[in-house]
Amino acid sequence: MAIEIVQPSVAGLSKIAVSETHGENSPYFAGWKAYDENPYHEMHNPSGVIQMGLAENQVSFDLVEKYLESNQEAASWGKKVSGFKENALFQDYHGLLSFRKAMASFMEQVRGGKARFDPERVVLTAGATAANELLTFVLADPGDALLVPTPYYPGFDRDLRWRTGVEIVPIHCESSNNFQVTPQALESAYDHATSMNMKVRGVLITNPSNPLGATIQRKVLEEILDFVTRKNIHLVSDEIYSGSVFHSNEFVSIAEVLESRNYKDSERCHIVYSLSKDLGLPGFRVGTVYSYNDQVVTTARRMSSFTLISSQTQLLLASMLSDNEFTEKYIKINRERLRKRYETIVAGLKKAGIECLKGNAGLFCWMNLSPYLSENTKSGELEIWKTIMEEVRLNISPGSSCRCSEAGWFRVCFANMSEETLEVALSRLHEFMDRRRRDRNLLSVL
Amino acid sequence: MLSAKATCNSHGQDSSYFLGWEEYEKNPYHHLHNPNGIIQMGLAENQLSFDLLESWLKNNPDSAAINHHSIFKQLALFQDYHGLPAFKNALVEFMSEIRENKVTFDPNNLVLTAGATSANETLMFCLADPGEAFLLPTPYYPGFDRDLKWRTGAEIVPIHCSSSNGFRITKSALQEAYQQAQNQNLKVKGVLVTNPSNPLGTSLSLHELELLIDFISSKNIHLISDEIYSGTVYCSPGFVSIMEVLKNKGLMNTEVWKRVHIVYSLSKDLGLPGFRIGAIYSNDDIVVSAATKMSSFGLISSQTQYLLSEMLSDKKFTKNYLRENRKRLKQRHEMMEKALQKAGIRCLKSNAGLFSWVDMRHLLSSPTFEGEMELWKKIVYDVGLNISPGSSCHCSEPGWFRVCFANMSKETLVLAMQRLSSFVDSMTKESNQSRRRQPLIGNPRRLKSLPKWVFFTIVHYRKVGEERYVVRCDDQLVSNNKRVDFL
Repeated sequence: MAIEIVQPSVAGLSKIAVSETHGENSPYFAGWKAYDENPYHEMHNPSGVIQMGLAENQVSFDLVEKYLESNQEAASWGKKVSGFKENALFQDYHGLLSFRKAMASFMEQVRGGKARFDPERVVLTAGATAANELLTFVLADPGDALLVPTPYYPGFDRDLRWRTGVEIVPIHCESSNNFQVTPQALESAYDHATSMNMKVRGVLITNPSNPLGATIQRKVLEEILDFVTRKNIHLVSDEIYSGSVFHSNEFVSIAEVLESRNYKDSERCHIVYSLSKDLGLPGFRVGTVYSYNDQVVTTARRMSSFTLISSQTQLLLASMLSDNEFTEKYIKINRERLRKRYETIVAGLKKAGIECLKGNAGLFCWMNLSPYLSENTKSGELEIWKTIMEEVRLNISPGSSCRCSEAGWFRVCFANMSEETLEVALSRLHEFMDRRRRDRNLLSVL
Repeated sequence: MLSAKATCNSHGQDSSYFLGWEEYEKNPYHHLHNPNGIIQMGLAENQLSFDLLESWLKNNPDSAAINHHSIFKQLALFQDYHGLPAFKNALVEFMSEIRENKVTFDPNNLVLTAGATSANETLMFCLADPGEAFLLPTPYYPGFDRDLKWRTGAEIVPIHCSSSNGFRITKSALQEAYQQAQNQNLKVKGVLVTNPSNPLGTSLSLHELELLIDFISSKNIHLISDEIYSGTVYCSPGFVSIMEVLKNKGLMNTEVWKRVHIVYSLSKDLGLPGFRIGAIYSNDDIVVSAATKMSSFGLISSQTQYLLSEMLSDKKFTKNYLRENRKRLKQRHEMMEKALQKAGIRCLKSNAGLFSWVDMRHLLSSPTFEGEMELWKKIVYDVGLNISPGSSCHCSEPGWFRVCFANMSKETLVLAMQRLSSFVDSMTKESNQSRRRQPLIGNPRRLKSLPKWVFFTIVHYRKVGEERYVVRCDDQLVSNNKRVDFL
């Protein structure tokens, strides 16, 4: 964990403005710079750096484009004269009703109808980034703690902590049980926070997990729910990858668990969703806080004034997401394509002698390079990461940037490029591993 | 169970502001379906120039970006917090055009945010620590209490302005406010002004701008100039931006220049509040850098950035729009001012904005805020106009009201003025006829004095079935002064 030194005000600026809590000076971003300076291009720069650090979903754009082609009127202001004016004036923080209904219905479809969502509980925010920060403002005071299982999305360090002043205390997860959260790890994290005089306000899980690329098992969800109930704290379930599960029957949302318990104690639970990953529309800034707690819904809604979704975008997506024929088809095909990509990358890595965590969701796989580290430490990990960046020219994300407690794991994205580019990346990695083995063999006989 | 911010302590939204809304929502005027309903005059929206936008859209159908696959995909993936370059370039040029090109802006110093609401809060996060204060001239936009203080923990200390000099900012008022902050042990980090002013509808004079620059120089603090109404200046003395004054005083690239920040938005000038287009402009690299990262929490939809970059790059359109929009605002303002005059009501002399600052002190039963509330209730319930009482804007003198004129048709405005005129007539007749003044007229059931809880913070209202209820800050649901319990 980085040591935070409180900065004195610089030239009359706030402490927040000059702190490093935004986290952009971490190695996570150095890889980006390397990519920006030398980006791969099939034709123009075939030896450039291939971006595998960006969790974007580019595999299903054609489906969205086809929809727009056949629904231009519905998706824009159409022939209605008042359509544009009404839409341009609409800044009600309740959000467009048709859009909230469409979001609720889409969330139900993604969960195969196994949970119901009430449009009145959908609070709209400009992206999940805003939703997570907003929820933190509502659930915790400065100096309080949220427990988050490791490894976790590096952006949380900024989103949950920067302007809120809230702390993250890690729930350490290990490869020995596939990085699943255990009751002991939960208790341990809670005790650790308490020993540091921090009031724990809640647990935040990402399900399916980023960076693991795996769903949380129902049994584990129940244990987490029991834990937060016992401690009388909140549970935030970030389910932005719920539509990216390869087999629909393998995802259990916290919503399902709550429904099966008749919503007992549900007012401590809140779900974050977004269209950035499942629909591949990060630029449109569409996120939501879904809460079972009325006061949270009320407060979150008022706070959403700081981060409303453009009404132009709400209108476009309201029409698209209420088209059940489109959404059903999209969800099904998107899953299949992601699964295929996943199988390709896992097979390719295996050929190169690299194992991955068994995943079933998301836009990335969790790769294990620990057998190949010169030393089983963070610096050993960063050493091999640097090599991969410079020699293999792949930008992948080191586990340390995700606060993983074990060295040698890497998140590798597979959905933000063409199939051909993925093959190029895999063959480069294969070559690199071959070379390495040959070099080692050579060394061992000298 | 929830944070301190989630409970209503640090909130301070004025109850009257929302009660008027509540009444309007229950009984909104419609020229055909509800001609006796309440006319909304509390909403600072610009609805006068939509036809210009609509015709531009008709001639530029591709700007909605759903037709071209490659553009659509590019935009859908574009989430860079530096913003769409084409949009930022077009926006700074538009800002320059509004200022008659007397100042130019560097797009690299511009940070895009989801509306001015987000821009103001973000700037507060960058410039003030919790417990530190900004000075604001009164009267000011009621939303500032939430935007500047709620999640930031910052404080607002008022700079009292008075009608005796047209509510202009004076040196002594600035100093008094600073002293007041010190007395409360609050460290002052800056001054925030709205120029042109909401609710006054006036642009700051050169003298006031120079006063401000001198003040922030001597105190070594910041100045935020919220210029979201800069495109609505419809007559002389014209708009002078703080940047222009700094330039003319040879203060560019100095320390004080780095402490002046501008907030802009397209919600008022272009009438597009739903699209959430706001911006921060700063000459301080650290502020730009921090604000840019913070904008992650409130980015503008790339689809909308694209639409506006196309629109604002059309110079023929922007030139014509700015000119025509100003003309229409001027006409509306004059129409309302004349009608008010005929009814014996004066306004503050104004040259900008979407509203007038109306003087109804002579209609108060007593020169107090209770008197103001009483008059306001009559105007809402009896006259059927939702206008904003000065107390909701923290005005230090009772009897002033903000009345919007650009969010309705001409006919509706005429009707509103007729109603007001009749009301004033009847009030005059009454005060002439009755010896003992009856403070309340009309339906006693509706006008019984509002219970104490109205002066609690009202959080919002909630719709349950077909009924709307007001939700108090302590979560009590109330309807017609009766508490209602819901499971």
